[in-house]
Amino acid sequence: MSLLEVKNLQVRVEEREILHGLTLTVNAGEVHAIMGPNGSGKSTLSHVIAGKPGYEVTGGEILFKGEDLLAMPPDERAAKGVFLAFQYPVEIPGVATMTFLRTALNAQRKARGEGEYSTPDFLKKVREVASSLNIPQDMLRRGVNVGFSGGEKKRNEVLQMALFQPSLCILDEMDSGLDIDALRVAADGVNALRTPERAMVVITHYQRLLDYIVPDIVHVMSKGRVVKSGGKELALELEASGYAQFEDAA
Amino acid sequence: MNLVLAKTETGKALSDIFAIARNRLPGAGKVAGVRQQAFEAYERAGLPNRRVEEWKYTDLRVLMREVLPLAAAPDAVALKRARVAVQLHAVEDASKLVLVDGVLVPELSDLTKLEAGVSVKTLRATLEDASNDARSDLLLTDTTDAMISLNAALATDGVVIGIADGAALSRPIQIIHVATAPSASAFTRSYLKVGHGARATLVENFVAADGARSHQVNDAVIVWIGDGADLSQVRLMDDGTDAVNITSGIFTVGAKAKLNLFNMFSGGAVGRFQGFVTLNGEGTELSINGVNLLRGKQHGDMTLVVDHAVPNCVSREIFRAVVDDRAHSVFQGRINVRPKAQKTDARMMTRALLLSDEAEADNKPELEIFADDVACGHGATTGALDDSLLFYLRARGLSENEAQALLIQAFVGEAIEQIASDALREQVTATAQRWLEARR
Repeated sequence: MSLLEVKNLQVRVEEREILHGLTLTVNAGEVHAIMGPNGSGKSTLSHVIAGKPGYEVTGGEILFKGEDLLAMPPDERAAKGVFLAFQYPVEIPGVATMTFLRTALNAQRKARGEGEYSTPDFLKKVREVASSLNIPQDMLRRGVNVGFSGGEKKRNEVLQMALFQPSLCILDEMDSGLDIDALRVAADGVNALRTPERAMVVITHYQRLLDYIVPDIVHVMSKGRVVKSGGKELALELEASGYAQFEDAA
Repeated sequence: MNLVLAKTETGKALSDIFAIARNRLPGAGKVAGVRQQAFEAYERAGLPNRRVEEWKYTDLRVLMREVLPLAAAPDAVALKRARVAVQLHAVEDASKLVLVDGVLVPELSDLTKLEAGVSVKTLRATLEDASNDARSDLLLTDTTDAMISLNAALATDGVVIGIADGAALSRPIQIIHVATAPSASAFTRSYLKVGHGARATLVENFVAADGARSHQVNDAVIVWIGDGADLSQVRLMDDGTDAVNITSGIFTVGAKAKLNLFNMFSGGAVGRFQGFVTLNGEGTELSINGVNLLRGKQHGDMTLVVDHAVPNCVSREIFRAVVDDRAHSVFQGRINVRPKAQKTDARMMTRALLLSDEAEADNKPELEIFADDVACGHGATTGALDDSLLFYLRARGLSENEAQALLIQAFVGEAIEQIASDALREQVTATAQRWLEARR
């Protein structure tokens, strides 16, 4: 059984169809890259998998570990192991990062019928991961993402990924707004999480990110469909020739 | 016309209530004369209604309809019920002063265990002390507010607290108002004088004993804060579900002093706290903050008047309302800056969170500035929870209720975090959390 199966997915936003029959299969242990021009539907796909309101699925299905993902509310998807690293992580004033992390982790564990983490274990775990990502301790005391730089926000997403240990990570334009050093730190964090049990879907506009997170499979999206799939060399090909050829294909 | 206004719904004239109550009200002679005048002032105005500017959003003729007869002095059964309520709300280490149905109850209070530098007398004893020529002054205030006039006319008891110059109290003083009587009213009036350079914390609770129904509370606290003094005050209006609670605070603050005041309304059908603060000495810092947590058909009103009478004072006001169902929140904040009050720094921010389409919030900031070298500002917002924040939290595993609760807590936290005492801040946070949990 594949970890994620997206079959002939059709999605509308306010009467406009964005995805026109998208199919994608991701197995455990694989890293997939989804590339494509702006407006091709990459972010829509990531939002629909995570369960963001405002999207109307008019056809097709998404199975996660064989279960109907579209029937689950977003929090249930998270507890089952779906993690979306946001392109633009939101700022939540007044909710300390530490409180947020603990509330989220315990909510997920509770939904899975697991016991809550004890406070010392939790603090130890967070500190360990944070220091490996160069996240200073004082950032954890501040409001979630409040006053964080672009790089810090993305590292905070990776921190959550490391803490929640999801089986499917979707990284939505992780490289946007990051300089090369910040990108490297975030990518190292992601690479450390690659395991035979975990799959990743890396959504990006640029090939650059894939120098740091090297994919097994690359998909090209255009106009709401996957128009070509191949190995990591496909990304280099795109870098050289651009997306124009695929826009015609779609 | 005024006589009609002063009649109750049952047709019994309020003057009858006053006449019946009179022999129970402490203080004869001059005191009784002042009460009579105060009652007449009330009768001329009647219950505040929407045609009175200050009460525009809290029309007591609609919300309260009538003034109920004074509660009887509590009997042994009432005191037993009150004791349970007191235990639930007592703050750790506090010197408790407990007023049950408008009467101070020594056996529930810590009158004999007061800290050095603190003196407490009952209002009743003070008004009846014939050797005290100034006793009738206790019922006088500058305000023309009808509910404060009615309070002066009908106050049965209260506490008169003195804190000696330079006394730095280590324990809070806690006034707990407990209602036990059904369909009755309690009128209380208290005084607090914080001496020069003294430091104190005052907690006030308004609660109902189990089984108390449809009661009315009218309380007034008159506070003087001396030069260099520091007062932290936390008021928790967590009264019975169908109670009407109208309370007033009148503050006169000296120079280089600090007043940190927090009010939260979370229980009661109708509640209004009206605070009148006059900054009378330079270099004083004022921080007034409040939270309304409203659901069902609750009506909560916080009305503040801050008067910068002298130069070089700072005032900060942060107010947060969370309004669910068909509830109605009101915030009125008036800042007066008198002509000579140069270098005034006054800011006020009020925000309301509407959790239902039928919830209502009225924010009315008013600035009257007569000095030209000042920094004054105010802001008001009303809105729903931010969908993008809710989705982020849900994508991390929080249920809809958990996500909302976390965001609401953060929202009210901005006002609660202004509370100076760690212990009280935690207690208020816990009260807000309980309110949120009851939503689920």
